[in-house]
Amino acid sequence: MAVAPALLLFDGIDIPGLRTLEVYEGRGGYESLRKALAQEPQEVLATLEASEIRGRGGAGFAMGKKISFLPKGAIERYLVCNADESEPGTFKDRELLEKNPHMLIEGIVIASYAAGASRSFIYIRGEYVEPALALEQAIAEARAAGYIGEHILGSGHSLSLVLHRGAGAYICGEETALLDSLEGKRGNPRLKPPFPANQGLYQGPTLINNVETLATVPSIVRLGGEEYARIGVANSTGTKLVSVSGHVQRPGNYEVELGIPSRELIYDLAGGPPEGRKVKCWFPGGSSSPVLTGDDLDVPYDFDSMAKAGSMLGSGAVIVVDDATPILDVALKVAKFYRHESCGKCTPCREGTNWTVKMLERIETGEATPMDLEIMASVQEHIIGNCLCVLGDAMAMPIGSMIAKFRDEFEDHIERARAARGTA
Amino acid sequence: MSAREEGAPASQIESRTRAARAAAWLTRVPRFEHGSRVPGWDEAVDLEKDPALIPDPEQVEVPEGLRREIEARMRDYPDRRSAALPALRAAQELHGWCSPEALEQVACVMRVTPGYLESVATFYDMLEVHPVPAHDVYVCTNISCSLRGADDLYETLRAAAGDDVNVRAFECLGACDIAPMASVDGTYIGPLSTADVPVLLDDLRAGREVLADRHLSRRPVADPRGRESSGEGHLGGGS
Repeated sequence: MAVAPALLLFDGIDIPGLRTLEVYEGRGGYESLRKALAQEPQEVLATLEASEIRGRGGAGFAMGKKISFLPKGAIERYLVCNADESEPGTFKDRELLEKNPHMLIEGIVIASYAAGASRSFIYIRGEYVEPALALEQAIAEARAAGYIGEHILGSGHSLSLVLHRGAGAYICGEETALLDSLEGKRGNPRLKPPFPANQGLYQGPTLINNVETLATVPSIVRLGGEEYARIGVANSTGTKLVSVSGHVQRPGNYEVELGIPSRELIYDLAGGPPEGRKVKCWFPGGSSSPVLTGDDLDVPYDFDSMAKAGSMLGSGAVIVVDDATPILDVALKVAKFYRHESCGKCTPCREGTNWTVKMLERIETGEATPMDLEIMASVQEHIIGNCLCVLGDAMAMPIGSMIAKFRDEFEDHIERARAARGTA
Repeated sequence: MSAREEGAPASQIESRTRAARAAAWLTRVPRFEHGSRVPGWDEAVDLEKDPALIPDPEQVEVPEGLRREIEARMRDYPDRRSAALPALRAAQELHGWCSPEALEQVACVMRVTPGYLESVATFYDMLEVHPVPAHDVYVCTNISCSLRGADDLYETLRAAAGDDVNVRAFECLGACDIAPMASVDGTYIGPLSTADVPVLLDDLRAGREVLADRHLSRRPVADPRGRESSGEGHLGGGS
């Protein structure tokens, strides 16, 4: 194992009072903001582009490129921080929000300077009561200290920051649904294009980034873009917070250098499955990512390697399922979730999630035939790429991968349930 | 064609089996008495009724605290409608749920129709559009929690809770590190087992801190290096 780089996001995360401005400043907090404001916005943007940091929310789009897509000129630009963290298995942002909110605020102010945004919003999911409280206090402190507001630290940059709490809807983590929700509507996704960079919040150019991405910005400015890009592997630079959960002995958040072997993450850090159990399958990036099996444990944990293995890094949420769990239970749980959360706007998603649940239930009750697996697989194919947003895909991809990888088990389950039903 | 015509009885049989199949299908799907799965299908729309208007401030009495809260939130945004969620939450805190009265008061201050607010309120899981008990217990029953026994926990809690506790199975609450867990009036608590249920409910009803040793906010980070760097020797020398 190579020498791990210094922690960037979790360094001293549990120091008492880190969430207060006093302790945060005592540890060098807001120094990166001073450094950034002494430069031209273009220089800060160049630093972010040089860092090659990719978005930590799920899509993995390069942050610097996203900023450069914003139209120039005298026009009101918005920055929105996506703190709706609701991808099942993901809880990394929660730890940052609750324990180190000032790091996020500093990142937001720096990013807004680079993007030329004058209004910013943090959309936090409604269930996060304690993190919202920590953020609210931190925002008030930052405002009183002049880090948010008019002419920040005597510079020409001004920024307002409003904390907006959601009210319980997975779909609001999707960027355009989030914008609708922030505008006070039902959280329905919008047609893209236009992308939010051109027409986002209140029809204005909008930069949307995940909490972790923005919280990394102060570290990037401190280290310099090139230096940051040396951490990790090509095309997956930096460190990443990974939430490991499910059948592991030490579930929790770990900050790792991108590119480490997945086995190290699941076994060395999270302790692996309980004694005597083996990894049956695992989701590398939240419940929306296609599952990998115990044979894939040596795949490096980075964006490209995961894509090559047929899955995705997603939000960095590893969910481990051990060999004592029937794959049908996992599939049913996942499908039911997406059925509940589908906003209902697009037919393939609304109907596809519903029928997938029904077909999986048929397997359980012994009404299914092996042909159902074909139909179910074809339903998944018809969802992918045919909706406004990727919620339907987010069910179709894992379910499709489960049918492909555990076909024997599904068929076996169908036969056993049919036999049991016949004799009953 | 002629062969088919000769076989008329056969096609009758076929249509009979189809009808039988349709009848079987009808009984399998839960339906209302009027035969549809859609509630209110047999109720005609009242065409005489006026559309709901933006409430008249002269006629709607809005509690002063609620009005101030909503007005303050409307000032946070370039478009006042952005305050819909915070305003509805404030009204729900006051009224216990998004009752017609609550919606009317919010609509009156925000200058929107109650119908608009109802369309918003029905979209979000945390806004209650029916009366609910005073305490909320959201049990996460999503994949990570369910792998560790959340479904049993939910059933047990549900059975043990009385009329004063709103026990709901919730989608991933973002705390899989303490799975299985629940959000008790907004406080994340876990890991929980079915054995904790009586204590949890007792604490909740007595107004005590619920399972104080199991609060997520008091749990250190799992990352060993994160813990190490938070040790006393490192204070002040982090970055």
